[in-house]
Amino acid sequence: MPTGIRPVTDARQRQMAHPQVQAWWQALDCGFAPVADVFEECLDEALSSFSKAQMEAYIEAARFIGKLGRGPEPLLAFLEEWPAVAAAASGDQEPLLPQVMGAIRAMQKSPNSTAITPFLQTLAAVARRLQSAEQIELYIDIALNLMARTSGSIHGHHDTFPSPGLPAFFEQAPRLVGLLSTAGLRNWTEFGVRNYASHPQRQVEYFSLKSADSHAVLQRERRGTLFADVERSLDLYLRALWRDSDLIVPYSTAFDELRKPVPYYDKLGMRVPDVFDDVAGTGSISNVSGLDRYRAVLAHMIGHRRWSTAQIADNWSPFQRMAVEFFEDCRVDTLLIREYPGLRRIFLALHPHPRQDACDPETTSCLRHRLAMLSRALLDPGHGYTDAVLLDFVRRFHEHLSAGESGTADIAALALAYVTRTRRPSDQLANIHFDDTVIDYRDDNRHLWKFIEEGDEEQAFDAERKLEPSEEPRGLPPRRYPEWDDASQTYRPDWVSVYEALHASGTAADIDRLLQKHAALAKHLKRLLDLLKPQDKVRIRYQEEGSDLDLDVAINSLIDFRSGVAPDPRINMSHRTDGRDICVLLLLDLSESLNEKVAGTGNVDGQTVLELSQEAVSLLAWAIDCLGDPFAIAGFHSNTRHEVRYQHIKGFSERWDDTVKARLAAMRAGWSTRMGAALRHAGHYLAARRADKKILLLLTDGEPADVDVTEPNHLRADARKAVEELSAQGVDTFCLSLDPKADEYVRGIFGKRHLVLDRVAQLPEKLPLLYMALTR
Amino acid sequence: MTDKTQYLVRQEPYYQVQGREVVLYEAAYRARLPVMVKGPTGCGKSRFIEYMAWKLGKPLITVACNEDMTASDLVGRYLLDADGTRWLDGPLTTAARIGAICYLDEIVEARQDTTVVIHPLTDHRRTLPLDKKGELIEAHADFQLVISYNPGYQSLMKDLKQSTKQRFTAFDFDYPAAALEAQIVARETGVDAAIAAQLVKVAQAARNLKGHGLDEGISTRLIVYAATLIGHGVAPRDACRMAMVRPITDDADIRATLDHAIDATFDANPA
Ligand SMILES: Nc1ncnc2c1ncn2[C@@H]1O[C@H](COP(=O)(O)OP(=O)(O)O)[C@@H](O)[C@H]1O
Ligand SMILES: [Mg+2]
Repeated sequence: MPTGIRPVTDARQRQMAHPQVQAWWQALDCGFAPVADVFEECLDEALSSFSKAQMEAYIEAARFIGKLGRGPEPLLAFLEEWPAVAAAASGDQEPLLPQVMGAIRAMQKSPNSTAITPFLQTLAAVARRLQSAEQIELYIDIALNLMARTSGSIHGHHDTFPSPGLPAFFEQAPRLVGLLSTAGLRNWTEFGVRNYASHPQRQVEYFSLKSADSHAVLQRERRGTLFADVERSLDLYLRALWRDSDLIVPYSTAFDELRKPVPYYDKLGMRVPDVFDDVAGTGSISNVSGLDRYRAVLAHMIGHRRWSTAQIADNWSPFQRMAVEFFEDCRVDTLLIREYPGLRRIFLALHPHPRQDACDPETTSCLRHRLAMLSRALLDPGHGYTDAVLLDFVRRFHEHLSAGESGTADIAALALAYVTRTRRPSDQLANIHFDDTVIDYRDDNRHLWKFIEEGDEEQAFDAERKLEPSEEPRGLPPRRYPEWDDASQTYRPDWVSVYEALHASGTAADIDRLLQKHAALAKHLKRLLDLLKPQDKVRIRYQEEGSDLDLDVAINSLIDFRSGVAPDPRINMSHRTDGRDICVLLLLDLSESLNEKVAGTGNVDGQTVLELSQEAVSLLAWAIDCLGDPFAIAGFHSNTRHEVRYQHIKGFSERWDDTVKARLAAMRAGWSTRMGAALRHAGHYLAARRADKKILLLLTDGEPADVDVTEPNHLRADARKAVEELSAQGVDTFCLSLDPKADEYVRGIFGKRHLVLDRVAQLPEKLPLLYMALTR
Repeated sequence: MTDKTQYLVRQEPYYQVQGREVVLYEAAYRARLPVMVKGPTGCGKSRFIEYMAWKLGKPLITVACNEDMTASDLVGRYLLDADGTRWLDGPLTTAARIGAICYLDEIVEARQDTTVVIHPLTDHRRTLPLDKKGELIEAHADFQLVISYNPGYQSLMKDLKQSTKQRFTAFDFDYPAAALEAQIVARETGVDAAIAAQLVKVAQAARNLKGHGLDEGISTRLIVYAATLIGHGVAPRDACRMAMVRPITDDADIRATLDHAIDATFDANPA
């Protein structure tokens, strides 16, 4: 390959075209041919922005990097990227250069010199995002900290192993700083360091954004307003201001940079981005918080739901449909503003205000631009546009709406007239003007169209619908809970998704039959229960104010008074009922193992653990009902951390009646036992109750386990943590275990608060007795 | 004997009639049937009774019930004085003696063992036994018992006994329809109709959250407070926050939502 052969001369001898560049080249003292090839180009950029002194510092630094012994790459990266870095830090390389050089030296001295190249390669992109020398310094600090804590610590050999995560970190850095504030970046990095300092493979996965927890923590630390943080506020918003409610489902925006998803709604709910940054106002435009952006999106959807009707799309061209959408969106926004005038400020702050002359109709398709201006003008009395046609349509639009709400069909006719009036051949051009035409609080309007012909588009919709997670129980969005990672002594945030549902119903009479079967036992229990029932009134004496005069005390007082001594005024007494103030939630493990037959004596019927539990729970429920303590019953099982099912069998406010019995009758077992999440979820209900004593009674036949966890200790430790959390919230957890091997672990999780029942057949009798003993 | 004129309602209270409640009340009074007015706090129950007392020209004795109240607080008790003990009539006893309308406001606030003392006054006996004093009072011919009751509270702990409920005729009150409520607010405070309508709109947003974090919405009374503040020169948005939102909730999300409703209703101009 003769073309590939270069004369083997020292690159130092290379002649640069410009004498000044030649001088810098000599100063660089570099023997790499690839560097010589691009040197002039690089210097062009540098020379245009750097002073003489800055040039000297730049070349000096480059010279150092060239002599690190890492080949030409780091030098190339530095020469090419540095002017851009300096420019991003408002042209001021002075404070930054020593920082960067310091970092490079530190990497060179440690075994991390391979990270120098990725560091320099992404530095410009990072700097462009961070925009200030100060922020860039923080970024470098974070990286050095990561390096220091992940290098060479394995087996105590100091500084002999490079940090596995550092190069990956640098490669991901531009994206990371795009999503996170520096504080968030620090936390995200910290999590990786703490959890994976001694797992090279997992560390690399974490820092290259390939592991699930890496994503989860990233999500938690993201800038802006997270949907998860405002979910409740949004629900309240829909109810309070619009008397509406729907499932609101977030979609991810972090990993989909190319195809930016747009809000939409369909039968399954309202879809909104998982995070919204605040929009900073300028001049007369006010700030809009992330929360208000969510509200704007929801309000717009509500507007469509109230006032839009689907139109037949078949007869209209794509342009016509686009115009109809813009007009209809504005009609809806106008009506919304009528309802709540304050919305105008928010809509306008989010609505682009395209310059009138921004689009050249000779070379570009300007339809979007025209419509975006029109849309602005329809909502903003101070739009400032002068185009006569635009003004005419603004007038006609308001005329349509002056008498009332108008309607989709009516406004569509106006939109079609507009298209006819403003059509230009250049609208067909492939080069479409997009700048300032996207109105991101508006949904994609899929609800606005129906197709009579079975067209492609409808199929596209169907295809999309099939992708919906059909498995998820409808109704409630999952609640996410953290999980304790004992190995690293940290929580994994939002790790487990708990889905709530009402338990299916069976036949209530089945439960009555079970109770009947235990009639003798019930009678015995009843006697015990009566002893526990709230005792009668207790007298409180020595009260200044009371319901009755306490004669003994009063007479004494009177005597005191008569004999000239100051009388005790506390001569009344009152009563209070000595009540039990106990509230209990019975949490049932409904995992697969319950389907096993109970072994051993005393179980002649060959019942399963599930059937026995059913009997026991029925008796307990009956007993608690007799006592009058508020109680709830729920079951749970899990299928990985993504799906913990929590099923309501009885709510606190429900009576112990046929509805509840029917649910109990339908109890089924399956899947695994992710105990911590279920405990946390059950506990949050108890924590919200008001009672002197709150008890979470867990009935389980095995240890915490799930199919996605191999380390047996992990879920135990998490369950123990959950018990601790609950105890801090004033909820006492007690575990009744049916697992003969439970001794190995129950104490570790529940401390003294547990009981292992080795003769499972006794459960129906033991469970109510246990409860009575606990609450005596 | 107590001077009954001190309990007369002298000036006509402003009461906006909402339906046939005035005629129906008059009928109940003619028959001296006990009356229960049900409805959320601050929706005009007390105002209505005050108005009826004025219209009928009868004295009105109002007792605001509370948890610490005992039967003696209603009936009366012995007090100590220099010569020994002295009996003092409670408000219920006074009303029965002088023939007043006795209005027990928010009766569920009182404990259940307290409320049973009204039973003999509510049936054909129309008597009130003063056990401690050994006296049986025959109620005056003009005497009527009225209680108010807020079913919204219905926690298990705070509900009227069925045996008590069964002794009353009842009126169901609720917040008036938006237009009427705005009219009441305007008339009561002198703010202009547009502002009154906006205040009602904010209150309705809060009422929509009843059962979703709020036990009660914003009452007519609180709207009247907000309007009063506005009448004293407070900016509407501040008045709403202070009189309508802050008092009803400490829940940060709800507060933020209602604050937003205020801004959205009163077209916030960016400061
Ligand atoms: N129908 C009405 N007519 C006049 N004022 C009313 C009416 N309803 C409510 N209000 C106003 O609301 C306030 C609270 O009413 P109030 O009777 O004290 O409530 P409640 O007894 O139901 O708690 C009154 O002071 C009055 O200003
Ligand atoms: Mg839309």
